[in-house]
Amino acid sequence: MDFNYLSTIIFLPALGAVIIAFIPGLSNRAIRWLAAVLTFIPLVLSVYLFAIFDRASGAIQFEEKLSWIPAINANYHLGVDGISLPLVILMALLGFLVVLISWKVDLRPKEYFAWLLLLETSILGVFCSLDLLLFFLFWEIEVIPMYFLISIWGTGRREYSAVKYVVYTLFGSAFMLAGILSLYFATGSLSMVDIALGGLAMVQSVMPVAAIFWLLLIGFAVKLPVFPLHTWLPDAHTDAPTAVSVVLAGALLKMGGYGMIRVVSIFPQVAQQFAIILIVLAVVNVLYGAAVTLRQTDLKRLIAYSSVSHMGYVLLGIFALGQVSLVGATMQMFSHGVITGLLFAMAGLVMHNSKERDLRKLGGLARQMPVIAVVFSVAGLASLGLPTTSGFAAEFLVFVGSFTSAAVVGIKLWTILGVLGIVITAGYILWMLQRVFYGPPQDKFNKVKDADVLERVYMFVFVVVIMGVGIYPAILTDVIKAGVMPVMGLLGG
Amino acid sequence: MLNFELLAPELTLAATAVVVILLDLGLKRKWWLAAVSILGLVVSAGFAIAMWGGGSLALFNNMLAVDNFAIFFKLLFLVIAALVILASTGYVAKFKRFQGEYYALVLLAALGMMLMAATAELISIYLALELTSISLYILVGFLKDPKSTEASLKYLLLGAVASAVLLFGMALIFGFTGQTQLGEIARSLQAMSLSGVLASPGLIAGIVLMVAGFGFKIAAVPFHMWVPDVYEGAPTPITAYLSVGSKAAGFAVILRVFYSAFGMPHWLSLDWGLLFAILAAVGMTLGNIIALPQTNIKRMLGYSSIAQAGYLLVGMASVHIFLPASSYLPSVTGQSGLLFFLASYALTNLGAFIAIIAISGKLDSDLISDYAGMAKRAPVLALALTLCLISLIGMPPAAGFMAKFYIFSGAVQQGLLWLVIIAVINSVISAYYYLRVVKVMWMDKPASRAKVPSSPALRVALALSCLGVLLLGIIPGFVMKLAQMAAQVFVF
Repeated sequence: MDFNYLSTIIFLPALGAVIIAFIPGLSNRAIRWLAAVLTFIPLVLSVYLFAIFDRASGAIQFEEKLSWIPAINANYHLGVDGISLPLVILMALLGFLVVLISWKVDLRPKEYFAWLLLLETSILGVFCSLDLLLFFLFWEIEVIPMYFLISIWGTGRREYSAVKYVVYTLFGSAFMLAGILSLYFATGSLSMVDIALGGLAMVQSVMPVAAIFWLLLIGFAVKLPVFPLHTWLPDAHTDAPTAVSVVLAGALLKMGGYGMIRVVSIFPQVAQQFAIILIVLAVVNVLYGAAVTLRQTDLKRLIAYSSVSHMGYVLLGIFALGQVSLVGATMQMFSHGVITGLLFAMAGLVMHNSKERDLRKLGGLARQMPVIAVVFSVAGLASLGLPTTSGFAAEFLVFVGSFTSAAVVGIKLWTILGVLGIVITAGYILWMLQRVFYGPPQDKFNKVKDADVLERVYMFVFVVVIMGVGIYPAILTDVIKAGVMPVMGLLGG
Repeated sequence: MLNFELLAPELTLAATAVVVILLDLGLKRKWWLAAVSILGLVVSAGFAIAMWGGGSLALFNNMLAVDNFAIFFKLLFLVIAALVILASTGYVAKFKRFQGEYYALVLLAALGMMLMAATAELISIYLALELTSISLYILVGFLKDPKSTEASLKYLLLGAVASAVLLFGMALIFGFTGQTQLGEIARSLQAMSLSGVLASPGLIAGIVLMVAGFGFKIAAVPFHMWVPDVYEGAPTPITAYLSVGSKAAGFAVILRVFYSAFGMPHWLSLDWGLLFAILAAVGMTLGNIIALPQTNIKRMLGYSSIAQAGYLLVGMASVHIFLPASSYLPSVTGQSGLLFFLASYALTNLGAFIAIIAISGKLDSDLISDYAGMAKRAPVLALALTLCLISLIGMPPAAGFMAKFYIFSGAVQQGLLWLVIIAVINSVISAYYYLRVVKVMWMDKPASRAKVPSSPALRVALALSCLGVLLLGIIPGFVMKLAQMAAQVFVF
């Protein structure tokens, strides 16, 4: 490969951040256009990679490898397989759309767009890194832009939420660092590919392998989030500005799920041994998250809690350890990213236009904002898994895959319990739509405007992706399957 | 055999100090003094670089060693001293008198530190240490206001006690082994049987007393009492100097003494390894927790430097010689991790202090709350300080991240996973107070709109240290390689 696609995709946004931050005198208009262009090119490139991706091969593709720190055998090693490529596209897509969503930000726009672009670089870097140190570096860099974005441009108790987010994330990554160091010491390598291929035969340490597994897993569990490590999420989502909520729910949580799949492929036997614990946690996530969601009265907080519930499906799919369930989990990550992204974008519009976020005071808005109401409903229906949307395809695969998985004993019962989550989801989504858009029109909302042209453009893109993947899921599942095959090979199934 | 050319870096520095004092008598334009001092440092660094890789040589009957390890530290001290002098120019201009003495003392302290890194014999260790300390005692009191005077007196008194303790420890070691040269001590220890050593508790007491004496220099808990007051009272450039130079010199001596003299037999190194591990765990936890409520930024960085000494001691704890036969990692990760951490910590902390000198010079206050809205008043300074604070937390893309990764990987290699977990959780705690400063600078409303100016010398110093922080954070390979070469000296 002559052209370094992945490096270009990752670092174009960072380049934009540097230009925006250090070139004085850029007008707000120039900043926005620059951000839009430098996130659009990565999107186009990632779609191009998707088109030329070899679906028959389970290997890492578009690899780039340079010696980075010879002293500790660390490499600048990038590459994508069928699991990470959909997530790269997801982030590139959201990265571009959030620039459009942020078009009207006029508080310190220079810093805002610089941090936003840096955030995109770090998340893309996480999905593309094949070297553990590089992976961890991107993983940690992400915290800093997020901290600034929430605490300067957020609402409500933003500084509290931002610090809580940082402390939780650092706490998780503290354990992850210990895990990475142990793995490095045990195998002498920082390459995810080598470690996964070499299997545990490479581990020659007195340290129990299960300990390394759990150290790594805690870091990812905070991010996903897994009950009981999820409490940062509702605060951060609620107080973050709209665009940041979209990235947070859409792409950032997926770093956790993605990391878990990588851990499973490094420690297949250990994963099998402890799968049942994580499946129980997954079901708790689904049911507890859904139950708490029902009780929310704040629009954004409601969507935030629904993410906890939906991430439970991802966890279930991963640790059911079946081929179909893993495809479903990856699919669910992509699908949830787009759907929840749209939900947050719509919630942001409702809040911005009506100046109200309390569900008890909202109502009857379908009259004033018909377009938003329709699109919000589409997103809601996708979220509860209506057929022809991507939500259906993903959740169906997760449940079928988990139910039929032979890898874990007793999985059937837990899957059935998990399916109950769908029912509650339908309940809170429909109730939310009803409370926001239906009921008697209220006079205080008479002046409220509907979406403008720019907003309709990004809504359209979101809806096309959701419906497109829902109607023809094979467009994604083919690629994901190519990525899951090697993992299944390691699992011996 | 007297190879005086091996002493060229030290002799240059001593000569520069004398020249600076003499020039001070006649010169009207005092900034020449800083220029001459920096010239001396550069020449000295040139000599040191020329000696790199020349193998391990000894001077004066094995009193001074000239090896990669010593040269690594010499270069580090020269860089530190140069940055401190650059950062001092504006600060010193406020003094009516004694400007020459100020620069000369900074140079002499650097000379003492360089000798500390090179000494391989107990008496000369003590002498080098005193040369450094006495210069620093005076520098701490240079402001002559009540706070500065109190700081200097406190530093002097506690420093004298620490020196006495160290000397007592050395005397005990000498008494039991009959040697002062580190290599000879090692030989006579290895000749003793296990029961022989156990039957002489004085020997163990000597080792412990030496740890206490050095612990004072590196500001390790429980020998840290002087830190907050001295850091707060001293002139800020000197605080920066203390926090990095004096600490690095302390670690240079500790590494050499414990590795050369007490590294064998193996069970002995395990013993002091454990002692350092405990000091590390207590130090970083205590330092970080007390730093949380601080309102004065110099005090906060004082406690933070106690915590950082704890991280450094993690490296010290993983230095001992035992390695599993199957290990294929470079066998010097502990030592070289320590060296790399010191280099990155030096640049980071200097950067932070230089930014503070610039900001506080304008505000005339060290209170964190007065930094409100600094991102609007001085965006570049605020950005630089933010970078340094992020580096102190140990987050990428700054040097602190790589340093922690490297030093902790050495500890994991020695089976100290518990210590690493304590250390990483401590990093999380530390994020809280470092980010508080970031928050005040970027999110709070400024008290006034007045810009904060900074002198060209300060800007150069700040740019250099921030550049270093970024370089060590993104492409650390070169310095890691140097650190490994420097640490090779000790691999038998």
